[in-house]
Formats: sequence, structure tokens, C-alpha cells
Amino acid sequence: MILLRRYAVVLVGAVAVVLLQVVLSAWGATYYMTQITMSAYYSLVVIGLCLLMGYAGQVSLGHAGFFAIGGYTSAVLTTFNLIAFRGVPWVDGCRSLGLLVARQDLYGANLLTVSPLLAFLAAILLTSLLAFLIGLPILRLKGHYLAMATLGFGLIVYRLALGTAVLGQADGISNVPPLRIFEGLEVTGRQPFRVQNYYIAWAAVMAAMILGINLVHSRAGRALRSIHQNEEAAHSLGVNTYRYKLSTFVLSAAFAAVGGALLTHYNGSIGPSEITVMKSVRYLAICAVGGMANLGGALLMGILLNFLSLRGVFGTYDDAVFGGILIAVMLLSPQGLLRMPDWREARSFLCRRSHG
Amino acid sequence: MHYAQIVQYSLSGITVGSIYAIVAIGFNIIYNTTGIINFAQGGFVVFGAMTAISLSRFVPLPVAIVLAVLLTTCLGGLVELVFIRRCRDASILRLIVITIGVSILLQEAMLHIWDEKVRSLAYFTGTAISTVTILGAHFSPQVLWVLGVSAVVVAALAVFFRFTLTGRAMRACADDRMAARLCGVSDRRMVTFSFMLSAGIGALAGCVISPVTQTQYDMGPPLAIKGFTVAVLGGLGNSTAAVVAGLLLGLLEAFTVSQFQVAYKEVVSILVLLLVLVFRPNGLFGGREIGALRAS
Repeated sequence: MILLRRYAVVLVGAVAVVLLQVVLSAWGATYYMTQITMSAYYSLVVIGLCLLMGYAGQVSLGHAGFFAIGGYTSAVLTTFNLIAFRGVPWVDGCRSLGLLVARQDLYGANLLTVSPLLAFLAAILLTSLLAFLIGLPILRLKGHYLAMATLGFGLIVYRLALGTAVLGQADGISNVPPLRIFEGLEVTGRQPFRVQNYYIAWAAVMAAMILGINLVHSRAGRALRSIHQNEEAAHSLGVNTYRYKLSTFVLSAAFAAVGGALLTHYNGSIGPSEITVMKSVRYLAICAVGGMANLGGALLMGILLNFLSLRGVFGTYDDAVFGGILIAVMLLSPQGLLRMPDWREARSFLCRRSHG
Repeated sequence: MHYAQIVQYSLSGITVGSIYAIVAIGFNIIYNTTGIINFAQGGFVVFGAMTAISLSRFVPLPVAIVLAVLLTTCLGGLVELVFIRRCRDASILRLIVITIGVSILLQEAMLHIWDEKVRSLAYFTGTAISTVTILGAHFSPQVLWVLGVSAVVVAALAVFFRFTLTGRAMRACADDRMAARLCGVSDRRMVTFSFMLSAGIGALAGCVISPVTQTQYDMGPPLAIKGFTVAVLGGLGNSTAAVVAGLLLGLLEAFTVSQFQVAYKEVVSILVLLLVLVFRPNGLFGGREIGALRAS
């Protein structure tokens, strides 16, 4: 029963996802699924950020950076042509192991690149490693210093992507091949795969949700909340605050990398517009409006707001909407709009009233 | 590197650096009275320049600049009254997130009021091609304007904080808010005033630098993070050190451009920020005492 309540969000979500697919297919409006799929990948970042900000209480204004590192790693590895190195023993060795794959591009030129699946794993590992190395010094900072440091990190990634030739500079990287998980199941934006990809994206999101919920309800989750409430007190009780903060930081970066890499394969491209400060702020705003410490709310808002934004509902006011949301939430309801009411608190409040 | 080249790069570094210093002082003024890092500081600089550019079509340049500074000052006060004053007992982090939101709203408002085009204010003296030659290096007379105005602003602020009643009241608030209140200083008014002051000098900085670097609606956040870097480099709250730190960062950037691609310019200054945050959070010059005293 407790388990049922704990995972209610995932169950309700799964049912809603299937219902939505059935309705959209029956209605003949499957084109909506493209944006929903993209929103789902963006929501992976939000789920990770929610763990980091809502539970561990550490702010990050650089998560678009991790998203991009994941996406760019996958994109570079799967598009960088190794054909010139054919005949070099280790390249041929990798090829016979299936680590490299040969294919032809649009114009019939031969390509030899890292296999997408391997590139995907490499993207997650590299992002986690970088997050670890960056988090090591940065997470010792607090308050506005941490905010500025993470913001600085995001800007550095942005500038490097803009200035480096291998990363495509202002154009980004295009012609990223589909990520084939096995025959007949691949992450790609092509039209026949639309419904399939809708479910792949949601599977990734639900896996992240289950991981997140497990984390929150574990010993680590309790430690994280204690850090959020009072770091000194948690520290004095023997909680290794620094280690918990760091591992949450790495986990949330890994979530962002998964989202980034999958979206890159889905879109077939990635560009520097994914790394702007505004993107990071957008994730922050979604997390805030979903209720900082509320994974379900963050997911709901992540899907909804990203979907509306991708459909172009906000028009030229896109960024302004997210800025406005951020201010409104912080001014009026810093705990988030969709935060579950704390019944115990409410009851004690009522009881006190009745006694008085 | 050639001798004249070194002078050239140094001068352009000092020019940009003095603007960073003024932005950093803007950060410091607000930080001292409230403990907030006002993210919208870069937005004030751009807003000031944009307003002056539009006004200069109707009125003479000096009048346009004065009006732009006044308007931005009002905007600064408005931001404080509408957004900051409402949540007095909020955590610092919440207030910072609010200022981030304000900076985005400001930027988007500027995008809609003006557009995404790059503009610039007319040169104060001479034209785009007139040059002054010092030590074999050629540069625009506007550089002298930037350096002169920066020096005047720094000196005027020093006088203001040391010798005027309002300035002293603001320092008192920075030092101990409760004590200042007990002495009859209206701390609320001082907070509003600090926002107005830093918006005003930000706008002035935006106007004098506009002919040299030009102005675009989205220049705010990068400028804000440079300003913050300088403020931290000098020790948050320490405005004298901010001037030195601003010039240092400006020089560093100028010589980075001479060696690497322009795209990497920002990378270097942000790396400086990260290194300072990690290794010397009290600034290059600050011992722990200065950080604790938060002297203005």
C-alpha cells in the first residue's frame, strides 16, 4: 500500500501516457507526439534538477551545460569520420568488435563512426565525470557564489561550443544518425517511428522518476532533506553532507546527459542554442513552478510548459514567460505551486486552533 | 609583440576594464545594503544606453544621456519597490532568483521596445574615424571619455559615501542595519536608494561605452557576470578594490584576445571567476577581515 502510494505518480503517469497516445492516434493528431517526445527529454533535466534543488537544496544555473555536453558528445562521436584511419590496427580492431559502424551519408560518401549506442554510453560517462570534477570544488560554495559558479560553468560550455571547430561553432552538429537500440527499435525523428519514440522517451522519463523516487525515500534521500533544512545540523549528526551533495549533483548531470544525448539522436542535430543561459534559467523556472521538492509536479510542468513553448504558443514572449513565471513563483509561493499540501502540518495547525 | 601593440591592447583593456569596474561597483552598492547580488545590473547598463540612443534623435546628446540616466534610476527604484521590497524576510537565494527573473523580463522588454539590432550612441567628440595618438598607439577619443567618466564616478561615489549624510546613512545600514535603524535611518529608503544609485551609474557606464562596444538588447547577462567576477575578485563589497580588479580583468581579456580566438575571451574571464570563487572567495586583496567588515 505504501509502495502503491509512493509510485502513484509513475502509475498515473503511465496510464495517462497510454491514454494520450490512444486519443491522439484516434484523433489523427499524432504530430503532437513529436513535441511531447521532445518535452519528455527536456523533462529529464528538470527531474534531475528537482532532485538537486528541491531535495539537496543546491541551486544550479548551469544544467543546460550538462544537457549539451551529453548531446554534443554523442553527436561528435557518431558523426566524426574515421574512414581516413582505416587500416590502422586499433581502428580495425574496434570495428570488428562492433564499436565502430560503417554507413553512407546522404551523398553516398562512406562514413566510419563510433556506434551510436557506445557514443550514448560515452556521453553519460563523460558528463558524469565532468560533473564530478566540477562539483568537487564548486559544491563547497554556498548561496550566490554557487549560483554564479554554476552559471559561469554554463557560459563556458556555451562559449567553447561556439568557438570550437569540431563542435560546429554557431551551426552546431547535424546529420546525427539514429540511435538503434536493436533491430526495429531506434531513437529517430522519422515519421514511421513517431509512436515508438513517444514510448521510448516516456520509458526514459519513467525510469528516471522511479530512480528519483527511490532515492528520495532512501537513507540518502533523508540525508539530502536534512541538508536542505539545516546543513550544519545534518553535518553534526554525522551526515557526510559534501558527499551527498556531490553524488546528487553527478546524478542530476547524468539525467541531463541522457536527455541531451537522446534528444540529439531524435532531432538528428544539436546546436549552441541548447546551452544558453536562458535554457538553464528555464529549467530552474519549471522546477520552481512544479514545486521544488515535488518530482511529479516538476514532471507535469516540464511536459506542459516545454510542450507549449515548442508549439510556439508563447510566440515572441517565450523567454519573458519563463522569466515571469520565475518571479511570480518566487514572490508569491516559493515552495512551488504544485507542492503537495503537508497534511500533518495542516492538521496540527487545525488542532491548535480547536484547542485554543 | 610590438611595443605599440602592447600599449594598444593595454588601453583597450583599461577601457573595457573601467566599465567592468563600474558594473562591479553597482553590484557592491546593492550588496552592501541588502546582501543581494542584483543580477539585473547588466540590464540597467543596456537599458541606459538604449534609452539614450533613442532620445538622442530628438534632443542634444548631453540632454539625452542625462534623461537616460534619470529614467534608468527610476527603473532601478521601481524594480526594488515592486519586486524586492515585497519579500523582506525571504532567503537571499530567493531574492537572487527574483533578480534573475527581473533581468530576463528587462531583456525581453528591451527586445520588444527596441529590436535585436546592434545600435550605438554617437561619439561624444569627433567621429568613428577620429583618433588620438599616444605612445605610438592609435585610439578613439571616446576611450578618454570612458576613462574620465569612470574616474569621476569612482571619485564622486567615494566623496558621497564619506561626506554626505545619505552616503553615511547607507554605510551605516551596510554595517549594522539594526543599529542604523535605531539611529533613525530609514533602512527601507536606503535599500531603494541603493538600487536607484547603482542603476543610475550603470546607465551612465552604458552610455559612455556604447560608441566603442555598441549596444544590443542581450548584452546584459554577460556584462553582469563580468561585473560579478570583478566584484568577487576585489572582494564583495569593496569598491576601491573593484576598480583595480576591473582593470586587471580588462587587461587580461585584451591580451587573451591577442593570443586566442575572440570566442574564448569570455571563457578566460569566467575561469578567473571560478578559480577566485574556489581558492580566494574573499577576493585577491581581501583578508577575512575585509570580507567580514563589508566596508564600502
